[in-house]
Amino acid sequence: MAGNKGRGRAAYTFNIEAVGFGRGEKLPDVVLKPPPLFPDTDYKPVPLKAGEGEEYMLALKQELRETMKRMPYYLETPEEKQDIERYSKRYMKVYKEEWIPDWRRLPREMMPRKKCKKGPKSQKAKATGKGASLTNTADVLKKIEELEKRGDGEKSDEENEEKEGSKEKNKEGDDDEDDDAAEQEEYDEEEQEEENDYINSYFEDGDDFGADSDDNMDEATY
Amino acid sequence: MTQAEIKLCSLLLQEHFGEIVEKIGVHLIRTGSQPLRVIAHDTGTSLDQVKKALCVLIQHNLVIYQVHKRGVVEYEAQCSRVLRMLRYPRYIYTAKTLYSDTGELIVEELLLNGKMTMSAVVKKVADRLTETMEDGKTMDYSEVSNTFVRLADTHFVQRCPWVPVTENSDPGPPPPAPILVISEKDMYLVPKLSLIGKGKRRRSSDEDAAGEPKAKRPKHGTDNKEPIPDDGIYWQANLDRFHQHFRDQAIVSAVANRMDQIFRSLPVGYNISKQVLDQYLTLLADDPLEFVGKSGDSGGGMYVINLHKALGSLATATLESVVQERFGSRCARIFRLVLQKKHLEQKQVEDFAMIPAKEAKDMLYKMLSENFISLQEIPKTPDHAPSRTFYLYTVNILSAARMLLHRCYKSIANLIERRQFETKENKRLLEKSQRVEAIIASMQATGAEDAQLQEIEEMITAPERQQLETLKRNVNKLDASEIQVDETIFLLESYIESTMKRQ
Repeated sequence: MAGNKGRGRAAYTFNIEAVGFGRGEKLPDVVLKPPPLFPDTDYKPVPLKAGEGEEYMLALKQELRETMKRMPYYLETPEEKQDIERYSKRYMKVYKEEWIPDWRRLPREMMPRKKCKKGPKSQKAKATGKGASLTNTADVLKKIEELEKRGDGEKSDEENEEKEGSKEKNKEGDDDEDDDAAEQEEYDEEEQEEENDYINSYFEDGDDFGADSDDNMDEATY
Repeated sequence: MTQAEIKLCSLLLQEHFGEIVEKIGVHLIRTGSQPLRVIAHDTGTSLDQVKKALCVLIQHNLVIYQVHKRGVVEYEAQCSRVLRMLRYPRYIYTAKTLYSDTGELIVEELLLNGKMTMSAVVKKVADRLTETMEDGKTMDYSEVSNTFVRLADTHFVQRCPWVPVTENSDPGPPPPAPILVISEKDMYLVPKLSLIGKGKRRRSSDEDAAGEPKAKRPKHGTDNKEPIPDDGIYWQANLDRFHQHFRDQAIVSAVANRMDQIFRSLPVGYNISKQVLDQYLTLLADDPLEFVGKSGDSGGGMYVINLHKALGSLATATLESVVQERFGSRCARIFRLVLQKKHLEQKQVEDFAMIPAKEAKDMLYKMLSENFISLQEIPKTPDHAPSRTFYLYTVNILSAARMLLHRCYKSIANLIERRQFETKENKRLLEKSQRVEAIIASMQATGAEDAQLQEIEEMITAPERQQLETLKRNVNKLDASEIQVDETIFLLESYIESTMKRQ
């Protein structure tokens, strides 16, 4: 190529002066490592705006942060180990209201599924039918059932996942299978998290689960 | 979505909704639209938890769903909507300035809950306001309703898309998901409700109950089995309308600053007569800011606010300000120079700015390396030989704005992380302080002597108090910084959006 001065001789392909270095001037050092994590700044930052509005918004922000943590939309991770189990924690637990979404606005697959082996507790209208989110009249019984079947429910969901993978068609089939007696479940954090150390999926999924087992979760594991 | 935006979304989701929702939300932001099972599989989360997370995200308008062929429902996250969570304090405060406490609480409840029916909002807000009133006084539902109607009339709140009413004669299986509709004319239509009632104070017996160990059976918040009159009619805050307001505010205050300067050069005797007003407007129209343009002479001259130019000026001013604060006033002078002259050669910069060559070069390269300024090549010869090419410095406002916006996202992410770090570092001390406060509060309730209270307070030593003070100061600074960086984000985003619309 034109401009190749000599073999092995360093030569710039452009006019070095245009860039700002005089001939023969020492070039700056080559950068060998990434820039520092907290580089020095030559200038101090401008102080923050301080006014009534700003102060109010600050207080609001901090309040909102706290409030949101207490709302039912904040989903706690189930396994949070504390360093020392504080007795007082049990009594200082913030009470969370339940929240039940309006199922009429959501895809049907959003509703949690329960395999009702003991026959439907109550025939509910189809999910897209009308009816505000009702609370069951047979609440207590239902909750006991739920507690027993909870382990089963989750396990069976996982099983379904493995069997069907991500086949879309089967999803439809699954929907129809359980659909007629689809119960409304309340998103109840308090219930799902029992105040003990037992793993939710402890129970093997046997066919006679619920019917004859008296070793249910209330007993300690050894 | 850039990495910086995703990171920021992750921090916001985690702070407001916990880790499960964060995991699902971030996954959707990264991968785009996906069906339920794929989400569960890819994130390794149980189906149950994915469903819960999605319900929360949909409730808060952060995720939408769409029905595809063969009945597959896919879920899509709205990254930009997640970023709006930074602005919640500003929305709420604005509502306060416009519609006082009632308006403030209405907007706050809507933002906290995503969507609500009008009757639910009115009741909740009435209760909250009643709490703050003196004993015996209550807030009437009608007053809250009126404010709600005003908010709807001025479009600060709007209807959510709704489930269309279909005839029941439709045979066949129900669809996998309701297709929600929205119509312009009904979006601000307030249902005819006759909400009668007053806010209720939380009874003190309720507070005692809260301290008891939780029974397995949760208490139901409201035991009303009455039918809800506006069931299914949900409302949400209309963020775009707030943005419009912010934009107007920004322009007005920029002009006000300008007017101050102009005003000083005007004759004394401040009676706004028609002629003076005319003068003002002419001055504004001629002003290089170009906020106001004159279009035609009908009716004595029609003046038009050039929104795009206004936003451009605001964005430019932001850039100038950043250059000034980061690199110094001489750099800022160079920057403004290049901005004004559009394209300048190295030599010309040195001459016009009256800054020695070496320094000028240094400054230009610093700004170049951080992408405030860019180089435009103008070849003299077809072979683009560097020695025979003009290199002109120029400011591309759009790309500089984008770059700065990106830095803003990173900044806020850093601020949040630092704040979380500071809080975590002092976690033990914070918890101790909370426990002490709780003990003091309960002792006060049961009537304890000052000496006893003093003793408890001393459980926190003086250096610990100092530490807590410092922590509070730092956290406040970091929080306040977040809010202010978000103001810059708003300006830059508005400008970028306005520019993109014109292209």
